[in-house]
Amino acid sequence: MEKFERLTSRAIPLPIENIDTDQIIPARFLKATTRAGFGDNAFRDWRFDKEGKPVKDFVLNDPTYQGEILVAGNNFGCGSSREHAAWALADYGFKVIVSSFFADIFKGNALNNGLLPVQVTPDFLKVLMDTIQRQPDIRLVVDLEQQHIKVEGTSFKEDFDIDVYKKTCMLNGYDDIDYLLSKKEKIAAFEKAGSKL
Amino acid sequence: MKKTLFDKVWDAHVVESIPDGPQVLYIDKHLIHEVTSPQAFQELENRGIPVFRPDQIVATADHNTPTQNQHLPVKDALSRQQLQQLTENCEKYGITLYGLGHPYNGIVHVMAPELGITQPGMSIVCGDSHTSTHGAFGAIAFGIGTSQVAQVFASQCLLLSKPKSLRISVRGKLKKGVLPKDVILYIISQVGTNAGTGYFCEYAGEVFENMSMEGRMTVCNMSIEMGARGGMIAPDQTTYDYLEGKQFAPTGADWDKKLEYWKSLPTDQGAKFDKEYEFDAQDIEPMLTYGTNPGMGIKISEPIPVASNTSFEKSLQYMNFKQGSSLLDQPIDYVFIGSCTNSRIEDFRAAASYIKGKQKAPQVTAWLVPGSKQVEAQIEQEGLKQIFEEAGFELRQPGCSACLAMNEDKIPAGAYCVSTSNRNFEGRQGPGSRTILASPLMAAAVAVEGRIVDITERVPQAL
Ligand code: SF4
Repeated sequence: MEKFERLTSRAIPLPIENIDTDQIIPARFLKATTRAGFGDNAFRDWRFDKEGKPVKDFVLNDPTYQGEILVAGNNFGCGSSREHAAWALADYGFKVIVSSFFADIFKGNALNNGLLPVQVTPDFLKVLMDTIQRQPDIRLVVDLEQQHIKVEGTSFKEDFDIDVYKKTCMLNGYDDIDYLLSKKEKIAAFEKAGSKL
Repeated sequence: MKKTLFDKVWDAHVVESIPDGPQVLYIDKHLIHEVTSPQAFQELENRGIPVFRPDQIVATADHNTPTQNQHLPVKDALSRQQLQQLTENCEKYGITLYGLGHPYNGIVHVMAPELGITQPGMSIVCGDSHTSTHGAFGAIAFGIGTSQVAQVFASQCLLLSKPKSLRISVRGKLKKGVLPKDVILYIISQVGTNAGTGYFCEYAGEVFENMSMEGRMTVCNMSIEMGARGGMIAPDQTTYDYLEGKQFAPTGADWDKKLEYWKSLPTDQGAKFDKEYEFDAQDIEPMLTYGTNPGMGIKISEPIPVASNTSFEKSLQYMNFKQGSSLLDQPIDYVFIGSCTNSRIEDFRAAASYIKGKQKAPQVTAWLVPGSKQVEAQIEQEGLKQIFEEAGFELRQPGCSACLAMNEDKIPAGAYCVSTSNRNFEGRQGPGSRTILASPLMAAAVAVEGRIVDITERVPQAL
């Protein structure tokens, strides 16, 4: 997994609530057996029409907005547990997703792939969304070490929470398998001690 | 200290707690399928890690399988390759696979419970969000991502922070025509799609106590639709009666020992939950969804609500429905009875009870897709297949089918489908498809009438 410390980037606003993982990557694209290439089909049915032509007014097709940060509505990533959604977003080029709420499984999947979910308050999200829409050129600074997000060159800023363990993993580029493998003896002892099952 | 059902099962599986961090949770059973496992096997390969406990893993092929002509080679090349990959991986690592055509094959959340693989007090995971289904037995069961599938392969454990506890109680008796599916759709419409995020939910009260195992599975299945990682119902005599004699259920002295343990699992009186909701069964009617998330549900007698916000408007626009209008008499093009929510024998019995002696509306395409080979066989044995066929219905072979439309079972753009599945997201059943979630009884009635009808006026008594 890639390390994440700090990112300064422009951002893309997607003010829709309850964006589910079926929208992020529709099921018909889940037939691949490797992790690569899902970015091409990220938000497929919002980005392209039936004939495969880009939908003009969808934000990812609008050259006004650029960047590695996606700012989305409440309850992002709900629905299917498909990690393909996190792969698609990361492969598309996003490094950070900002929302006022993330679905559990998506959040875990994102963190396991070096994609940082930044949860902000609904008020902060609203102002942030408006600001980006009014001034698409502004840049956001996401600092994982300091646990804050701000609009570059302004005092508009908010702190965010992240699990201490997960933060360490992100900062160092470690993943859970490394940790769990180091615990194998303890796990075997737990099995021996006899689960009730 | 007084403990909840969830606390008891969770705490019994904690191998280690990291200070200020997550816990290492031991996993008893790991279920896998073709879509979310290949990249996890790949990860092991890349790192040269073996599978730690292959005998605690069970595999099935369900998401990406055809529901017709399963004896022939799978037509779609990518799907065929994905299934082939699963077979090869299972062979290589010594994992039991119930592949296409095997008498135990089926949707992972239908086949594991009916084989007795799912048992009270267990921790169960699968790379599929509806793993919550297995909580109906008083197990901790939840969906995981592919990176986590790899973690369980490697260590039979996961790193997790313990979720908070939530209890939803429904007291009283259900009205006629109201099925378990209506109960859960009603709950989600009341609490919303993220009320459960960060929580594990226990369903309690008379309604769930009186429910069959099939019904309990329908309820726990949709816990994820309110954001909860899992749902649970305390094991009781109904659970034990269902389990006893199943292929992989314990027997003899082992059964007695486990039974004793299972009986200790229900929530202690006075145990505290982080959040509680209470509902009255009499407030629940047959339910329908009108929008593009499962929380957008109404009672059959209610109009679509009126609201002004972009997401709501976008959703109604997609469905081509008007605020404030009723769904009654809405013409329907497709009916899908299937999915891990409603594809068990009881669901087909409910559908058959309405269909018997009637005819499917000619303009409706109806797909009845059993959840497993065993359900398929039972439909035949009980004579339901004949009822369906005489009424002009097509019974397909088991699989996820039009629930996620990964195979060719797709609803065309713009068409309305009344579906017994669990997600009405945009394009879920095929690009541009419009899904209305409902119970199998409602779906059966719609298939016969060709439009949405008030089922309460048409069924003789409570089912
Ligand atoms: S039936 Fe649908 S929800 Fe259930 S496991 Fe299959 S795809 Fe997932």
